[in-house]
Amino acid sequence: MNTPLSHYLILSALLFSIGFAGAVSRRSAILVLIGIELMLNAANLNFIAFWRYGPHAEALTGVMFVLFSIAIAAAEAAVGLALVIAIYRQRKTAQVDCLDTLKG
Amino acid sequence: MPNDIAFYLIAAFTVAFAAAAMTLRRLVHCALCAAAAFAGLAMIYLQLDAEFVGFAQLLVYVGAIAILIVFAVLLTRGDEVRPGRSQSSPSWMAGVAVAVLVLAGMAIAILRSPSLQRLAPSAAVAPVKKIGEELMTRYVLPLEMAGVLLTGALLGAVVIAMHEESEVKRPARWPASKPAESGETMSLR
Amino acid sequence: MNALDQIFVLAEHWLAGLAPAPVRPLVSMLLIIAGLMAVFGTCFALTTILERKTLGRMQNRFGPNRVGPFGLFQPVADGIKMLIKEDIVPFSADKAVHFLAPLALTVPVWLAFAVLPFGRNMSAIELDAGILFFFAIGSASELAVFMAGWSSQNKYSLVGAMRAIAQMISYEVPLVLASIPVLMAAGSLSLPDIAQAQSGFALGWVPRWNVFTPWGLAGFAVFFIAAAAESNRCPFDLPEGESELIAGFLTEYSGFKYALFFLGEYLGLFAVTGLAVTLFLGGWQAPAQWLEWLPSWGWFAAKFSALIFLFIWIRATLPRLRMDQLLNFAWKFLVPLALINLFVAAVWLKFPAAMPIRWLLCAGLLVVPYVWLGRRWNGVTPKQRQYDYAE
Repeated sequence: MNTPLSHYLILSALLFSIGFAGAVSRRSAILVLIGIELMLNAANLNFIAFWRYGPHAEALTGVMFVLFSIAIAAAEAAVGLALVIAIYRQRKTAQVDCLDTLKG
Repeated sequence: MPNDIAFYLIAAFTVAFAAAAMTLRRLVHCALCAAAAFAGLAMIYLQLDAEFVGFAQLLVYVGAIAILIVFAVLLTRGDEVRPGRSQSSPSWMAGVAVAVLVLAGMAIAILRSPSLQRLAPSAAVAPVKKIGEELMTRYVLPLEMAGVLLTGALLGAVVIAMHEESEVKRPARWPASKPAESGETMSLR
Repeated sequence: MNALDQIFVLAEHWLAGLAPAPVRPLVSMLLIIAGLMAVFGTCFALTTILERKTLGRMQNRFGPNRVGPFGLFQPVADGIKMLIKEDIVPFSADKAVHFLAPLALTVPVWLAFAVLPFGRNMSAIELDAGILFFFAIGSASELAVFMAGWSSQNKYSLVGAMRAIAQMISYEVPLVLASIPVLMAAGSLSLPDIAQAQSGFALGWVPRWNVFTPWGLAGFAVFFIAAAAESNRCPFDLPEGESELIAGFLTEYSGFKYALFFLGEYLGLFAVTGLAVTLFLGGWQAPAQWLEWLPSWGWFAAKFSALIFLFIWIRATLPRLRMDQLLNFAWKFLVPLALINLFVAAVWLKFPAAMPIRWLLCAGLLVVPYVWLGRRWNGVTPKQRQYDYAE
């Protein structure tokens, strides 16, 4: 293992910013959700990299955190996509800039 | 040496598919590229000796969340290409600029700090038995809360996305004395 | 007969020893991969012809018997036909996804063979979390079914693909739940360890395979049914039933791509059968002390063939299930049964082995819910019919 830790962290930062850019600049609500999942995955990668390169790898803290993070991300994706489907059924659109009824 | 080449290849593959997932026009292509990016990340976890997490990532993200996204795309007809409108919101340049700034900030912070340039210590192992023991002793409360959360999310998603039967006009029924079916049905319309 | 038992391992060591030292691991991996592909490719060819002949015999007719002695060269003829057929891609199909779908189905299925222990010391990779790898790979092939159905831009393909995915996701839950008691009993997720944990004989002559315990038998039944549904096999083959949806998600595929799908489906069947043999039937263990002269991979092959024959037999016998019957069966019968099985296995493992009362207790705890759940489904009197008249 000759790659320094910083390479994994740069990869994680890259994935995070790609997910962020997509979540902020695309119109479709589902793409926003995909961007959010990418950001969560980037954070998970950060945790695992620090667990591997850290001093107390036998405590398995990073691994535990990521396991729970994956479970919660799954729950959040399910509920988020259910919401998008319900919104589509009401307003016949899933584009985020058409969902502005509360705008003053 | 081969480990490093593998890392760079997998990293390039993951970043390419993630960028494709955020920029392609058809939503189903985006969903499939996102699934490939998740699979690439699972391979990186495997490279970092986190076996259980890597397989859990494949099982949950590629095997469940990607299919969920694909179903949502089909149920909201997101796949029909609208020739006139663009797929990005009008202020997309500002969004990309902010993302680039975030990336620059994080990259400078990472590359400037000397303690992050270290190489790996000796092989870390995450035996599944140990993970199981930790989950049952030290992390038992988060485990139970995660179970409750997942059950709540499951029920909530079903309730939110269920097809509402009450607003459909019922045709005349024979025998008239029998009440109409009031149970809610899930339909894949 | 230790040399015969380890003959494949010894051959692979010797052949890999002929290569120079730096590339030795790579060469040994390539040899194992080549061996697996050769064995299971032949197994696929043999299974297609044996299935057709067995189905024929069960339906009181001969199977294919024109090509070669007893029709045994039929797979060769089928292969040539598939290879020389024209590869038709629909005009409005999504070219990239349409091309990648057969690959995305076949590649993960080949990966699944890497963790199965085919004999003593004969699993290609020994992973700490082997069974989790297997299930992860299995779930990764569901996206390929969607890719195939959606990229054909055909209503029937899409409906077939949606049904196939719904079926595969629904039956993944009982499949995984039925294998958890085995993990509890063996104390490990690694498949060679699970096969090893079923060694020894209780009462002197009954092998300690998991299928000879109450929770093992119920678990095996649930696993078997879920495995048939996972590989879209009769009676769960609605997604590709000819009379229902032309060919389901395979409608727009011809020639070699169709052959790849066919191969992927059968290989998936083989992989999950190998897993069933490892988890429940003791893997490569012999059933009796005096039968251990047959090598361990021979026993694996025998149990494997018996299970494949059972699949073919069920295909010849039972009619196809409708989609709603299929999904109800999975969620309302198999999942509760698998959960009860999990509880019963925990009860079994808590009782010390010296108390034979645990047999009665566990059998009772299993049979009562099974009969009650089954009665709820079969003994339901149909409601009075509702007629909707046009107004």
